[in-house]
Amino acid sequence: MTSVAAPPATRRLPGDLAIWFFILAEMLAFAVFFATYAFARAKNVEMFNLYQHTLDRNLGGLNTLLLITGSWFVVLAVQAAHRDDTPAISRNILLGWLCGAGFLIVKVIEYAEKFGAGISLSTNTFYMFYISLTFFHFMHVILGMVILTVLWFQSRQGMYGSHGANGLESGAAYWHMVDLLWIVLFPLVYVMR
Amino acid sequence: MITALKNPANRAWLVLIVATAITWYLGEVGAAGTGAIVAMLLIAFVKGRLVILDFMELREAPKMWRILLEGWLILVSSLILLAYWISLK
Repeated sequence: MTSVAAPPATRRLPGDLAIWFFILAEMLAFAVFFATYAFARAKNVEMFNLYQHTLDRNLGGLNTLLLITGSWFVVLAVQAAHRDDTPAISRNILLGWLCGAGFLIVKVIEYAEKFGAGISLSTNTFYMFYISLTFFHFMHVILGMVILTVLWFQSRQGMYGSHGANGLESGAAYWHMVDLLWIVLFPLVYVMR
Repeated sequence: MITALKNPANRAWLVLIVATAITWYLGEVGAAGTGAIVAMLLIAFVKGRLVILDFMELREAPKMWRILLEGWLILVSSLILLAYWISLK
């Protein structure tokens, strides 16, 4: 068993079919959210541009790097399962989890700074979107980390290998979705003007 | 180094990091307007596609799922582009 691409005849969906429907539903919810933000901004460009300047782009960028790297570690965990490198599975899941924890810490620092300045959902439309969009995503990072925790315990018990890695692949797919959503959210809310 | 780059996930990670740095840099220099918006959406599209194909490993998955997720990326980018285009008028 190698990680070389399978021929088209054996096209397969990683993980369980159900998780992909769940991922698709989540992505559609975020699509509505992203579009609502963009169209609300179109009606109030000056205000959105003004308050976007108060966001910490460095922290937003750092968080993008953390989620991308966290996603990458989890791909390495799946690849390790396919070649039966058991220690590498749990090690990479743990590294991915730590990246997620780093994301949460950075986000809390960012929120503390904003909330400390007296900013809330009702401050204005821009902050209403900034807080609700990033917080909705924040909750997904937490769920992703809960899933990674379960996968870590399972991998320590030798549940995943070339004999099967469906559960691991399903959890990994969800974790990558969290990354994918942030890849759109970061430029949209923090940078585009 | 060369061996490491044979793994598509490693290549994707490298491109994703560089692309993130570019978006951050565009923010630093205060890039704004049509050109900047199109550039940032293109970068986000390339990044999203790498996550879908090389992280979610949908490159070798049944076509329907690839189309659904890549279609989501096209839909979201188009809607954002449309909204920004309206705002520029």
